[in-house]
Amino acid sequence: MPKKSYRQAINEAIRQEMARDERVIIMGEDISGGMGAPGEQDAWGGPMGVTKGIMPDFSRDRVLDTPITESAFIGCAAGAAATGLRPVAELMFVDFMGVCFDQIFNQAAKFKYMFGGKAVTPLTIRTMYGAGFRAASQHSQCLYPLFTHIPGLKVALPSNPYEAKGLLTQAIRDDDPVIVFEHKAMYDDEGEVPDEAYTIPFGEANVTREGDDVTIVAFGRMVNFANEAADNLEKAGISCTVVDPRTTSPLDRDTILETTEETGRLVVVDEAHPRCNMASDIVGLVSQEMFGALKAAPQMVTAPHCPVPFSPALEDIYVPGVARIEAAVRQAMGKGH
Amino acid sequence: MSGVIGEIVMPKWGLAMQEGMLAAWSVKEGDTVGKGQEICDIETSKIANVFESPVDGKVRRLVTGAGETVPVGYLLAVVADDSVSDADIEAHVAHFKETFVVEDGGDSGPVPETVDTASGRIRYLAAGEGDGVPVILVHGFGGDYLSWLMVQADVSQGRRSYAIDLPGHGGSTKEVGHGNVGALTNAVCSFMDAMKIDKAHFVGHSLGGAVCLDMARNHPEKIESGTLIAPAGLGPEINMDYIDGFIREKRARKLRPYLELLVNEPSLISSEMVEEVIRYKRLDGAEAALNTIASACFQGGHQTLEMVERVQRMKTPLNVVWGENDRILPVAHADGLPDTVPVTRLADTGHLPQMERPGETVEAIRAMLG
Repeated sequence: MPKKSYRQAINEAIRQEMARDERVIIMGEDISGGMGAPGEQDAWGGPMGVTKGIMPDFSRDRVLDTPITESAFIGCAAGAAATGLRPVAELMFVDFMGVCFDQIFNQAAKFKYMFGGKAVTPLTIRTMYGAGFRAASQHSQCLYPLFTHIPGLKVALPSNPYEAKGLLTQAIRDDDPVIVFEHKAMYDDEGEVPDEAYTIPFGEANVTREGDDVTIVAFGRMVNFANEAADNLEKAGISCTVVDPRTTSPLDRDTILETTEETGRLVVVDEAHPRCNMASDIVGLVSQEMFGALKAAPQMVTAPHCPVPFSPALEDIYVPGVARIEAAVRQAMGKGH
Repeated sequence: MSGVIGEIVMPKWGLAMQEGMLAAWSVKEGDTVGKGQEICDIETSKIANVFESPVDGKVRRLVTGAGETVPVGYLLAVVADDSVSDADIEAHVAHFKETFVVEDGGDSGPVPETVDTASGRIRYLAAGEGDGVPVILVHGFGGDYLSWLMVQADVSQGRRSYAIDLPGHGGSTKEVGHGNVGALTNAVCSFMDAMKIDKAHFVGHSLGGAVCLDMARNHPEKIESGTLIAPAGLGPEINMDYIDGFIREKRARKLRPYLELLVNEPSLISSEMVEEVIRYKRLDGAEAALNTIASACFQGGHQTLEMVERVQRMKTPLNVVWGENDRILPVAHADGLPDTVPVTRLADTGHLPQMERPGETVEAIRAMLG
């Protein structure tokens, strides 16, 4: 199977859906580039070059460069979705989402409910998240727990190129608003991706490692660190199950509960701040549903409760890494490990 | 042989294999092993299987430990009788490690290609070079070119071989027309036209076996010989639990028990194989294609096309390989064949002889290649 980067996988998903359904349009800041000034056309393809090459193939009618006003163009995308298009809006950094919370939380997320189930809102918002990019505290957050909190929104966190294409394709075909979180440190990651279109259903976790001792639930980029930790621990005689829930909303509770019941130990890895994040949510779920099956206290590996540091040295220790995951697994295993 | 040190190295399973993980040893130092004895489990990115000793002798040193991943050709163990001193064994191992170079570094083998045919896009993996009559390998229901992973290289000597994906499968078009055996046979003919292949030796597994029989019946001028591996088309029964479960189940845990029906030894079904099947079924159109093929070929829970009566009149040389413990298509279907068709029945083998018993399967295919 051909190897493609995370960036290419996303580009391919968008192209294939635009070719398949003419209602699919894309919009965002510099997603093509070169608008509003003479000079090179398609100069940017988005800040990370993800949508590069799409405008020349599909024209400016379906590839809209927007002004730097998230509140306006996200509202525009929500309205376009409610009136028959299937927009894919790129909101550069999730950190900027604050200016358009009303459009997302109170409009797009609620249309279906407020109009008695008669309205559909096939809106996809792609956004970058995560630390490790030396981009300081206003461009590095992991705000997916905020969106997971809102009923009516779906939230996907692709952990590799194969997942990125399949989850984004599913998002575009979905009739509800979906926020797709792309980790900015993963765009050059490579993996096998089919040339053909495919979808990965929401709410179905991917079990990437099967083990007997500890269940590690990890999100987005952290799945790759959890896999690496599991492989290291396997050599040390501790076998781990690794669960990638793929979507935080809907959440595959069954797989999390089943795999935790099998091992009796839980470690959750979440790059978000610790208060009200996915780690605390899942530990709460497991503690309530199957307290009796737990052999040890659940462990949470998260970023600290502080803004992402600009200092590279501090940022490196801020992001949860393989060593911290291994230590949490050993902690769950108890003395002697 | 006295005084000789024998090497057991990481095998190359399939054209693309570059390294393998030694999952577990089933022998220990000091044990005497015989050729063909199962000595360890090896896992690759495509398959997990037992490895049979290529040599006789006493195991003197296990060089690669359980859990280690090493390149193809790397030393796993050495055998020698007691006349060889421990010091000589050590020196031999040290020399091997010093001089070992990874073969074809960076070459991941041939990659599948696609061709546009009158029946739509067909993906295929080509291997081998030479003037011999080419071989076309046709997988079964739900399979793809990787079905032939363990045998394709060995049947490609002196000739070109093509492992194709049937319509509805793998990387080929998901348009399957009526989805019956005839439609699949037509697609194979379209592939031959597009590739300018006049005539080929055919190897068909399961539903692909029925395609080969159909080819012999309707296009005898295109088929030089047919090796049928657990073929469909020779009796009414088919395990519909398997067919229905294969189509229905979308999660690894639910799908795995159905895939395990394919083999005699369930551990042969690796997590990667299960994942490959799930990924294939997610492709646009794949599930619809499987449903169309299943309802056309296995209408009402029975095989629609039965050709056993017709085999007598076929002029194409045929050869059959079947696992005695096949839980998908019963080996008893071979009983109705005329004496002119040799049948190899393999003990302790399920529905995938080309994975479970690649050596014997290759032998049977080669017997037809001349």
